[in-house]
Amino acid sequence: MKGALFLGCTIPARLPQYESSSRAVLGRLGVELVDIREFNCCGYPLRNTDLKAALLCAARNLALAERENLDMVVLCKCGFGMLKHAHHRIKDDTLLREDINRRLTKEGLEVSADTEVKHLLSVLYHDVGVDTIREQITRPYGELKIATHYGCHALRPSEILHFDDPVNPTLFDTLVEATGAESIHWQARLDCCGAPLLGSNDDLSMDLTEKKLASAQQAGADYLCVGCPYCHIQFDTVQRMIHRERGRNHLLPPILYPQLLGLSLGIDREMLGLGMNQIDITSVEKFLSA
Amino acid sequence: MFYDISLYSSLAIFALGFLYKVSTWFALKPSVDSKTIPPAQRVASALKGIISTVASPKILTLIKVFLLDIVLQRKVLKEDALRWSAHLLLYGGFMLLVLMHALDKVITAALFADYSSTINPFMFLRDLFGLFMVVGVCLAVYRRFILRAPRLTTTPRDSYALLLLALVMVSGFLLEGTKIGSYSRYQGMAREYAGLEEEEEMKPLTAFWVANFGTVAPDLKEPFEAELLEAGREIHEMSCAGCHSRPQWAFGGYSVASVSRGIALGLDRAGIPTLLWYLHFLACFMGLAYLPFSKFFHIITSPLSLLANSVMDRRVSEPANIATRQALELDACMHCGQCTSRCSVGIVFEQRANVNILPSERMQSLKGVVWGRHGDEEELRLLFDGAYLCTNCHRCTDVCPAGINLEELWFTVREELFQRHYPEFLALSPLSFYRGLMRQDIAEGDYREALVRTREAVTSGYELLKAQDRPIELAATERELSTGLLFSDQARTFRGCFGCQTCTNVCPVVANYENPKEILGMLPHQIMYAAGLGIRDLAFGSGMLWDCVTCYQCQEQCPQGVKVTEVLYELKNLAIHHGQERQRFKG
Repeated sequence: MKGALFLGCTIPARLPQYESSSRAVLGRLGVELVDIREFNCCGYPLRNTDLKAALLCAARNLALAERENLDMVVLCKCGFGMLKHAHHRIKDDTLLREDINRRLTKEGLEVSADTEVKHLLSVLYHDVGVDTIREQITRPYGELKIATHYGCHALRPSEILHFDDPVNPTLFDTLVEATGAESIHWQARLDCCGAPLLGSNDDLSMDLTEKKLASAQQAGADYLCVGCPYCHIQFDTVQRMIHRERGRNHLLPPILYPQLLGLSLGIDREMLGLGMNQIDITSVEKFLSA
Repeated sequence: MFYDISLYSSLAIFALGFLYKVSTWFALKPSVDSKTIPPAQRVASALKGIISTVASPKILTLIKVFLLDIVLQRKVLKEDALRWSAHLLLYGGFMLLVLMHALDKVITAALFADYSSTINPFMFLRDLFGLFMVVGVCLAVYRRFILRAPRLTTTPRDSYALLLLALVMVSGFLLEGTKIGSYSRYQGMAREYAGLEEEEEMKPLTAFWVANFGTVAPDLKEPFEAELLEAGREIHEMSCAGCHSRPQWAFGGYSVASVSRGIALGLDRAGIPTLLWYLHFLACFMGLAYLPFSKFFHIITSPLSLLANSVMDRRVSEPANIATRQALELDACMHCGQCTSRCSVGIVFEQRANVNILPSERMQSLKGVVWGRHGDEEELRLLFDGAYLCTNCHRCTDVCPAGINLEELWFTVREELFQRHYPEFLALSPLSFYRGLMRQDIAEGDYREALVRTREAVTSGYELLKAQDRPIELAATERELSTGLLFSDQARTFRGCFGCQTCTNVCPVVANYENPKEILGMLPHQIMYAAGLGIRDLAFGSGMLWDCVTCYQCQEQCPQGVKVTEVLYELKNLAIHHGQERQRFKG
C-alpha cells in the first residue's frame, strides 16, 4: 500500500516519537509513505468556533492528497474524525463542495473526495493485515497486560467513520494481541480521554482522564495503549500534571501502538523514541521474549 | 562639498536612528513579566549574557549559525530555492558593492596598491556585482508581484525597499554608461593623465578611444586611418592603459553606452552624467539614512536574532534577556512571508477575513501594539483572535530565516491580551490545549481568570436560565434555529427529539457531576428540545455547550437519529458568532 502521511500539528511539535515509530513500523511492513509538505491543520480545533473554516482546512488537505491520487494515512484520531467528517460532507453536499472549491482554486486545488482517509490502525489491520504482522513479529511479548484506548473520534459517529463496531470494537485489541500481549477488557475503554477540554476546563478534563486511568488500572493493565497524539499527551503529560497538582498517582504509563508493535518487530528502540515519553515506558522491554 | 554634507548628514541620521532603535530593544516591554524590569537592568543582563556566552562552548554554536544561517541562509534555501537565489544575489551583490565600490577609498585602495575604479578586475567586478543585484531585485519583484504565492502580502515598506534598490542600480548603470560615451569626461582624463591640452593634439588618442572605448566625439567619426589609430594607441598605452581597462568589461555600463551612442553628445552637453552622479549617491545616502527605519535594518537585526535564539531558552535564560530578545525580534522581521506560507491555519484566512491569522501580518500588528501605536479596541480584538487561531505547530518558528521564536511571541501576546481583560471566545475550543499544557508558565490566578471571563462573556445576555420560575415568553423564540438556517443538514435533525434522555444518560460530562444541572445548566436532551422549540437563549446560556467533550456518545446512541453532537457544535458556532458581534458592538 502507498499513502500520504498526515501528521497534523501536534505530532511534529510535541510528539515526534509517534511520527518516527509509525514510519519505522509502516516501513518494516511494506507501506510506502509519501510526504506532502503543504498539508495544514486538519480543522479539528476549529470545529467549536467556525465549522466552515474547519471544513476548508480539512478540504485543502483532501485536495492535496487527491492531487497525488493518494489515500491519507492519519495518525491522529481527532484529525481522522475531522477529515472523515469533511470527506463525507464534501461528497454529499454539492453546494458546500462548490463553495470550498471556489476558495481552493486560488491555489490551483480542487476537492472531490475521491480518495480515502484511513487511520494508522486501519491501515495496519486492513491493508497490511494481522497475519502479515504476526509473521513479522520476532520478539513477542509474554505476560503483558494492555488496556486499549480506542479514542472517540475514530469510533463515533460510526455511520461516517466506519472504523469498527462502535459498541463492541475489536480491531485495536486484535492488533495488540498480534504482538503476543494480552488485551484486557476494561469498563471505560470506549470513554473520552478528556483532552478536548484541556485548556478550557482543566478540572473536568482531568476528572475524565482520572476515571479512565483508574478503570484501566483496576482491570490490571500494565500499560495503556493509544493511537492518537491528543489522547497520548493527556495520559502522559497530563497524568503527570494530575500527579503534581492533585497528588494522585495512577502509575499507568501510556504507550503508543507503533512503539509497542515496533519493539516486537525487533525495531531499534531509538527509532521508536522509547525514551521520549514523559512517563517512562522502557520497562516494557522486560516483557519481550528473548 | 554637497557630497560631503549629504554624506555626513545621512551618516548622522543613520547613527542616531541606529542608537534609537537599539535603545528600544531595552525599553520596549513585549511581555507581561517584562513590565517590572527597568531598562538599565536589561542592558546589564544583556552584557552579562553576551560575555558569558561568548566565553563558553556555546561560541561554537554561534560560529555554526553565523556560517550556515547568516552567510549561507540555509533556512531560506530549505524552503524556497527561488527566494534563496534572489536573496543571495541581492545581499551578496550588495555587500560586495559596499565593500569594494562604495568604500573603495577605505577598503579596496588599502588592500590593492594599484587600485583604480577604471581598471580590471574592479571595473568588471563592479558590474558583475551590480548585475547580481539587478537579477536579485528582478526575482524579488517577480516573486512578490507576478508569482504571488497564496496569502503573501506586500506592504509599502517592501515596495519602498525594492524601489530604492532599483533606483541605486539603475542610476549606477546609467551613470557608468553615460560616462563611457561622454566626450567631456574623456577630455578631462586626456588632460589629466596624458597631458594633452589642445583638441588637435588629442586627435590620435580621441580617434583611438572613439574606435575602441565607446567615446562619442563631436567631430571625429569612424572610419579612421590606420596611422592615426596607431598614433593614438601609442599615446594610450603610454598614458592611459595603466589605469583604464577597456570599458567593454564594464558590460552593464557599456551596454547603456552602446544603446545611447546616438544621443551621447547631447547627454554630455546637458550635464546628464553629473546629474546621474547626484542621483546615484543621493539614492545611496538616502538608503543609508533610511536604513534603521526600513526593512533594510534586518541586515543587522536578523543575524542578531538568529544568534540570540541559537543559545537562548525561555525556561533557562534570564527574563530580562528574553524581553530584550523579543523586542529585538520585532525589528528582525523583514516581512518575507515565509512563516505565512508554512502556517498550518493560513488557509483559514480565505474564510475569515482577519489578516492577523497570517503570522507575517500578525507580526506587523504586534509591532504596533508594543510600540503603543495600536488603534482601537477592534484592532486589538482582531489581533487576539488571530493570535489565538493558532495550533502551535511550530512551523512558523522552524522556517523563520531570522530565527525569530514566533511561537513564543504568540504565546506572549495572547497572555498579554488576556491580562488586558479581553475575553477570547476561541479559548473555548481545543485551540486552548497548548495553553493548558503550558499552564505552569502562567500565574495560576491569571490562567483561570482568563477562562472564567471568557465563559461569562459568551453566556452573558442569556438570562432565561437564571429565571427558572418565570414562564418562557414566546417572543424569545429564534427563527434562525427552528427554521433550520443552520449550516448542515445533519444539525437540523434536532427536530426529531422526543425527550427520551438517552443522550443525557450516556454523557460522560453529565455523569461526572452529582448535581449536573447546577454546573451545566441545561443537559443535552434539554438543549435538543430547546433547539426544537427555537428557544435560543436557553441553549446559549448553558455551560453544557462548552463542557461538551465531543465524544459523540449521545449522537451514536440516539434512537431518533438526532445528530446531538453536531447540533452542539453548531450551537457553539452560533453562540460564539453572537458573542463576537456583541463584543464588536461594545467596542
